Amino acid sequence: MAIEDDVLVIGGGLAGVTAALAAAEYGDRVRLLSYKQSTLRHASGLIDVLGYAPGGCESGDGDGDGSGNGDGTGESNGDGEERRDGLLVDPFDAIPGLPAGHPYERVGLERVREALLFFDSIVGDAYEGGHTAANALVPTVGGTVKPTARYPASVAHGLASDSRPTLLVGFETMPAFDAPLSAAHLRAADVPFPVRGATIPFPGELRDDAKRTRYAHVLDWDESVDTGTGAGDAPARAVLAETIRPHLEREARLGLPAVLGEEHPGVIRRDLEERLGVDVFEVPTGPPSLPGMRLEDLLYGALEEYGVRVTTGVPVVDHEASDGGRRVDHVLVDRKGQEVPYRADEYVLATGGLVGKGVRSSRDGVTEPIFDCHVPHPEDRYDWFVDDAFGDQPFARFGVAVDHELRPLDAREEPEFENLRAAGGVVGGADFAAEKSGSGVSLATGYAAGRRAGAEVGK
Amino acid sequence: MSDSDADRPTDDHVPGDDEFEPIQVFPEAEEMDLRPGADNCYKCSTCDTNCPVAEVDDEFPGPKFQGPEQWRLKRGEDTDIDPSIEKCSNCMRCDHACPSEVPLSQMHNTARGEYVEEHVDKLSREYVRNRILSNYGTMARIGSKVPRLTNFVMGLSVTKWVNDRVLGITSEREFPEFATETFREWWDERGGGQASRERARKARAASESESEGEDEGEDKRVAYFHGDYANYNTPEVAKAMVRVFEAFGYEVCVPDQRCSGTPMFANGMLDDARRAAKFNVDTFRELVDDGYDVICSCTSCSMALRQEYPELFDFEGTETVAANTYEALEYLRIHEDLDRELADSDVETPDFAYHTPCHARNQGLDGQTLEVVAAIDGVAAHDVGDSCSGISGTYGWKNEHYETSMAIGEEMFQHMDSADAETGLTECPTCAMQMEHGTGYEIRHPLEVLEAALVADSDVQQ
Repeated sequence: MAIEDDVLVIGGGLAGVTAALAAAEYGDRVRLLSYKQSTLRHASGLIDVLGYAPGGCESGDGDGDGSGNGDGTGESNGDGEERRDGLLVDPFDAIPGLPAGHPYERVGLERVREALLFFDSIVGDAYEGGHTAANALVPTVGGTVKPTARYPASVAHGLASDSRPTLLVGFETMPAFDAPLSAAHLRAADVPFPVRGATIPFPGELRDDAKRTRYAHVLDWDESVDTGTGAGDAPARAVLAETIRPHLEREARLGLPAVLGEEHPGVIRRDLEERLGVDVFEVPTGPPSLPGMRLEDLLYGALEEYGVRVTTGVPVVDHEASDGGRRVDHVLVDRKGQEVPYRADEYVLATGGLVGKGVRSSRDGVTEPIFDCHVPHPEDRYDWFVDDAFGDQPFARFGVAVDHELRPLDAREEPEFENLRAAGGVVGGADFAAEKSGSGVSLATGYAAGRRAGAEVGK
Repeated sequence: MSDSDADRPTDDHVPGDDEFEPIQVFPEAEEMDLRPGADNCYKCSTCDTNCPVAEVDDEFPGPKFQGPEQWRLKRGEDTDIDPSIEKCSNCMRCDHACPSEVPLSQMHNTARGEYVEEHVDKLSREYVRNRILSNYGTMARIGSKVPRLTNFVMGLSVTKWVNDRVLGITSEREFPEFATETFREWWDERGGGQASRERARKARAASESESEGEDEGEDKRVAYFHGDYANYNTPEVAKAMVRVFEAFGYEVCVPDQRCSGTPMFANGMLDDARRAAKFNVDTFRELVDDGYDVICSCTSCSMALRQEYPELFDFEGTETVAANTYEALEYLRIHEDLDRELADSDVETPDFAYHTPCHARNQGLDGQTLEVVAAIDGVAAHDVGDSCSGISGTYGWKNEHYETSMAIGEEMFQHMDSADAETGLTECPTCAMQMEHGTGYEIRHPLEVLEAALVADSDVQQ
């Protein structure tokens, strides 16, 4: 016997979770299979849609070649960020002009909008940005600004469009965020506000390489820590506020690295705001990312609420087809040596791209390992890349090609299977790092694939 | 890790390199090669943020250090394994967290084994204590000969005092009671394999009389790996396994066996583990060849047979046994229409607070028990979240780790407390100890729930 469901989603990142939730709206029995813990905790927690026009695209106010060449004002940082010209004001204006084969072109503008609304309805007050179609500009740990469509409420006071004077504060033991350097970069990028940086010790006696979650939990639980002033112990949030206070001059807002709690970020922020009389915001970091973990908690909570069954810890390794190869009959899950069959009517492939291992490459070619879907790529592997590291890299767009229903296409451009759809990074055609479109593509394709799968089950 | 960069060297600066031949840069990478695993680590620190020990003990450097970083430091000849390896509880959550397939627990087991071998005084209290704890089966075999006396003695405050002061076994915990009749004694008394074959045949005949088919289930046979705990301490779990499988028409065999080795890995007693594993592999390999599948009721036992044996040992048949080993509910779900069988069942049980053991999670079994019991009328189980129970086998029995163990367990205790249930449910015997210790709840095994739902009362007497 196989383990049976109506819809089976493979992959536990943003695309997979969105697909599972969208399919579950149809009342189907949905299962999400994730090999490892969700990669959402690697994500900044920002939800970008389209920050820069992709190469060869005439839309928006792109820089023409869209190649991602830096203009030298920014350093790369935890977000892989680099500030460039060609930043899009309104991503939705640019979508209709995208080239054929881009994931947004495949699903269409309306689905992208719907997907954002669907996301808004799930995360509620935890996210902001839905009041406008325009990109928000969020300062990053590297002192660049990232264009994004939605952002956690905790970063709201930090937007670069805000002209209030700003103090950035980093911690001695957390070199990933060098606040004075970050402030200098922001000034060099001509942000419309005065900004300074300061570095302080984090309250308490964490080890020098303490896990980022430990910082968050010290504040979550308001642990009792040494004040460092000879006054004995006091709650961590109070000590943090008192350590920051002497550094504040006339700033109206204060930015800290995004470690202000895993469970109670709102309470911690408000606590600091009341003590210091300024607005407090978080600066998103690279992994392990607290805003990413909070988003993971929110979305996995929604999965539970929607009745989606979640299985983790074991990979899908293969499939069996039926109907003369036209349909996926079941997939095989490697449970530490045993290949256990899981069967469903509809499947969504959301296993990620080259980094997420949903797409694999070797000297012989580029492949999709579970369904062996066709991944278009030049035969000569020296055509997979260009010499300029920040140039328009062909490999960045590698992934399965899909039809308008998001079914992966074979080499003859026919659907590989009637009941298989792809979502997120495994779909080719977008250079998400250069365009700043990773989250939006995952949401839009996940939502569209999940809806379609859910609707097919009902037929 | 066949996909590692070490196996597939990249070929920058080699234009048109059809003639390319990889150079063997690291000749030592021939034996147990952990290099590809170390190279797969891209330092995202996700493992560290999942480590329950690092979460509560600021002295512990975490799995990223214990695994890939320590492996690399060890390349230097004058560098020893860091003593902090002994703080790792072997919960294996880092394996589950890693997005890059680094074999963290394998690296930890290997490092711990080397540390104990080379740096722990074999006459030290710690070594003696750990040896006793990890060879629990030996102690249990002796103790269970006179279970009432043993239970009495183990409960005495003087015994606890000696354990605590002399051996470093915490007196905070109550020793698990030995059953007055072990599972194996019951099994032999009941008629052993012959009786099981007969019962399975009857069960098949009863279900096939409806369909009037031939007896097609003659090859339905399973070999039960019960482990020490179900034998000496919770024979009701082992009996439930036997009765449930027989009810589905499976002949059960219960071969001689040793401890799975789980506590030995966790204490760095790799020689003891090797001996136990060899015995088990030799036994079960032959049964697998005869058409038996191997069934475990403890998820750490199944973890050992499926993952740790192949990672650490290379006896003939290790892979065969690993590839034919299943957890009990998992096996029934795959081989029987469990949902349909359970749909007609109706049983009154108290509500359960269910905890998924970390080792079950790593085998893709999270959610399984909740899904299975959801199909039974009259049974409700509430998930108590994904935290670690904190005991990790023998870990929480040690004086120096007791507080860490309880601090880790706190989240689970709180969730159990707020769940609408006053009975616990879990697959793992030591998680069960911790759940009971932290809440005072009685703890059941999912097989006992299945037994109540599927096995007629008259059969439960036998």
